Amino acid sequence: MQTPINKCTRPPAVKLEFRPKSKGYIPRGATFLAVAIIVVMLTIILGNIIHGGMGTISVDFLTHPPENGMESGGIFPAIFGTVFLVMLMVIAVVPIGVLTAIYLHEYTSPTSRITKIIRVAINNLAGVPSIVFGLFGLGFFIGFIGGGIDSIFYGSEGPVWGQPAIIWASLTLALLTLPVVIVSTEEALRTIPPELKDASYALGGTKLQTITRIIIPQALPGILTGAILAVSRGAGEVAPIMFTGAAYYLPYLPAKLNDQFMELGYHIYVMATQSPDVEATKPILFGTVLVLLVLTFMLNFVAIYIRSRMRRKRVRV
Amino acid sequence: MYASNESIEIEVMDKDIKAEPTENESTIPDYKMMVENLEFWYGSNKVLHNILINIVKNKVTALIGPSGCGKSTFLRTLNRMNETIPGTRMEGIVRLDNVDIYRDIKDPSRIRTRIGMVFQKSNPFPKSIFDNVAYGLRVNGIKDKRLVTEIVGESLHQAALWDEVKDILDHSAYTLSGGQQQRLCIARALAIRPEVILMDEPASALDPISTSRIEDLIGELKKDYTIVIVTHNMQQAARVSDYTGFFYQGNLIEYGKTKEIFTRPKIKKTEDYVTGRFG
Amino acid sequence: MRKLIFKNKSRIWEFFGEKFIAINAFAALIAIVLIFIFIFKEAVPIFTDAEIKQEASLDKMVFKQVYYEGRDAKYSWQPNSEVPKYSLFPLFIGTIKAAIIALLFAAPLGIGAAIYSSEFSNKRMREFIKPIIELLAGIPSVVLGFFALMILATTLQDVLGLTFRLNATNAGIALGLAVIPIIFTISEDAMTSVPSSLRDAATALGANKWEVSMTTVLPAALPGIAASIVLGFGRAIGETMIVLMASGNAAIISTSIFDSVRTFSATIAAELAEVVFGGAHYSVLFFIGSLLFIFTFLINLGGDMALTRIKAKIQGKL
Repeated sequence: MQTPINKCTRPPAVKLEFRPKSKGYIPRGATFLAVAIIVVMLTIILGNIIHGGMGTISVDFLTHPPENGMESGGIFPAIFGTVFLVMLMVIAVVPIGVLTAIYLHEYTSPTSRITKIIRVAINNLAGVPSIVFGLFGLGFFIGFIGGGIDSIFYGSEGPVWGQPAIIWASLTLALLTLPVVIVSTEEALRTIPPELKDASYALGGTKLQTITRIIIPQALPGILTGAILAVSRGAGEVAPIMFTGAAYYLPYLPAKLNDQFMELGYHIYVMATQSPDVEATKPILFGTVLVLLVLTFMLNFVAIYIRSRMRRKRVRV
Repeated sequence: MYASNESIEIEVMDKDIKAEPTENESTIPDYKMMVENLEFWYGSNKVLHNILINIVKNKVTALIGPSGCGKSTFLRTLNRMNETIPGTRMEGIVRLDNVDIYRDIKDPSRIRTRIGMVFQKSNPFPKSIFDNVAYGLRVNGIKDKRLVTEIVGESLHQAALWDEVKDILDHSAYTLSGGQQQRLCIARALAIRPEVILMDEPASALDPISTSRIEDLIGELKKDYTIVIVTHNMQQAARVSDYTGFFYQGNLIEYGKTKEIFTRPKIKKTEDYVTGRFG
Repeated sequence: MRKLIFKNKSRIWEFFGEKFIAINAFAALIAIVLIFIFIFKEAVPIFTDAEIKQEASLDKMVFKQVYYEGRDAKYSWQPNSEVPKYSLFPLFIGTIKAAIIALLFAAPLGIGAAIYSSEFSNKRMREFIKPIIELLAGIPSVVLGFFALMILATTLQDVLGLTFRLNATNAGIALGLAVIPIIFTISEDAMTSVPSSLRDAATALGANKWEVSMTTVLPAALPGIAASIVLGFGRAIGETMIVLMASGNAAIISTSIFDSVRTFSATIAAELAEVVFGGAHYSVLFFIGSLLFIFTFLINLGGDMALTRIKAKIQGKL
């Protein structure tokens, strides 16, 4: 005898009623407000700086030294010092950063111990407070290295290298911006298709040849981006250079590696906090801030442009 | 003809010293490469099991089999290309003319000038057509401009590409069509005058016309080179090759003259594959 | 057919070339180790030198001290007075105060903007918000400090009728502006990394867009958002120029958010120029630097490890 098949013929006793849906208007409004506030604050900051500084900007302002206790004249030495500083920094940081990225990408496997340790070091370097870099610059570069050079080569003449100098400040900044260059170069290395490297190996190229002839040329946009972002960051940092070489007023331009230097960011800091007559120096102050801001933004803009073109461009046609 | 301090020596080899064995002769064929007990691992994953195969000189050997069965991996062991990937391991012997290419030669890049490779997806460098073909020469120390130019021209002729690019040698390689790029890669591999050319599915990404051009090219090239070609296209293997090896799941199931593999295969699995019962 | 013979490649160059690359690659590691060594080196006298310990030892820095006869024990930081006082407590309070205010300001804005960008906005808005945040991130901290010092402080004082023009809130808001990009970027990344398969599952069950966000995305992204706050906090603790210029630099202990404060980093920056090399004050400043280093090291290590684990989990679940 067949067992009866259970057929569900009756509809369920309870009808499911879904409550009216929340469309999320309040969260949408609140989060939009967050965006709006950020935009507004950004506008206020930029607006004030542009408004306060625009009147001061002129060719003279950019090419003349300061006069009259910073109440008139220009900021040329600060611009010069900043440029000199970041140039030295770039020479130091780009090769080391690029080679680090190449080592991580081409010589080690992502899961190896060495890779992990180096990555931890890079991430932490990126998080070190800028004043700690300043302390390090003072203790290591000026005290240990500079002092060491002095005692070996200069005896008791008095500090030659063991004192604040543009070389030490730039090396300190190079350490600070190292993670930026490494990250940017690695991003570029990741876009290189392995087929290109295979082709080079299959033709008898060694690893080093493949790196110099194929990989580095392909990674150039990323390297450039990293260098520009490093420059932008380096030009804006003040704490690392406060005790390693920046000065508020110098009657000369830095010419030797162990000279001190004037610098835009440092100039802003001292002028804003230690001017005897705040009102009189205000125009110059705002002008200097505007110059630094424009410089930073232009550099960032160029770097981001190169980076977005690199991301969109594919190697293959 | 060349500068006396050039450290390049040039020998002229006589092509017809040995009569080529025909199918009827019972002479032992001349082996260019011999592989014994080859085993290969990706990490802890074993992908090639005890491969034994002898590649005949100046003939085309095709390697067929369903995808993922290790043909390409095997091909790459023949010129030590697997060493560019970390975490791989290989056991066994691979010989080129009595030289154990793994144990007798320290620097893998040296063996790759004797055993060249053409890849599945054409991979020209982002350089000019000329510089692409010249790359192998330059990277191996040949700088003499006249010599380089001459060899580039020869190679492009050999690859049947010269007429199409002779006026645009300085253009980027990416301006060429897919089929032309692949022939460019072949010219590039020929420029360093290897003895063996390994081809990993060289025409799989190409249209039928380009494919047949490349197959014609292979027929021409075998007069001077030993060719090993991996292909998933059985008809291509039948058209182009003298010897065929059937790979399945990392094992070399059967190897012999192409005619026999396709008409009178000895092993059932081979027969199943070539008759299309799976694959 | 011609046979070519190639020159033997110089193996020496290859060998040294690879060693050179490897050495450079360890630069970052060597740098961290060196920083560690050299900062601590100058702080060590606090524990070892008897003379310096007289002035500033570890327990003098941590515990309440009686500085003058007949008066109560207090926490006080006045290294340059006749009786030098080295309590770290006021600096600690100042640092925490400024950082907390910064996060109270930055977290809602940063997370809110990230939610809007990831869940509500269309492509065009997203392409507008991203550059805005990058613009904000590009402003050097000295400029933010300048803004707080010259403009924000006056506004706050006028609007709220404050006694102290430069105070914790002034610095806190500017600090918050510096921290917003960090919180935004990491939170937004956390939200967009939620696999679409999860979103699809919720949608297929009848959830509308907002419900998908609220029930699926936000909970999944919560660990990432939390990590962003931790990392933002680390940044706020270590930031120097903004607090140096905008906080009033008074090492006092108070609960009011409108009082001036002094942070660890600002203390180092403000006082390092005037110290005697090798003296007690000098060592104490390096000691503070060591604290900052360790603290931000741990926070960043923790935050990064958390983020890696979160990312692995998301990919593992896929």
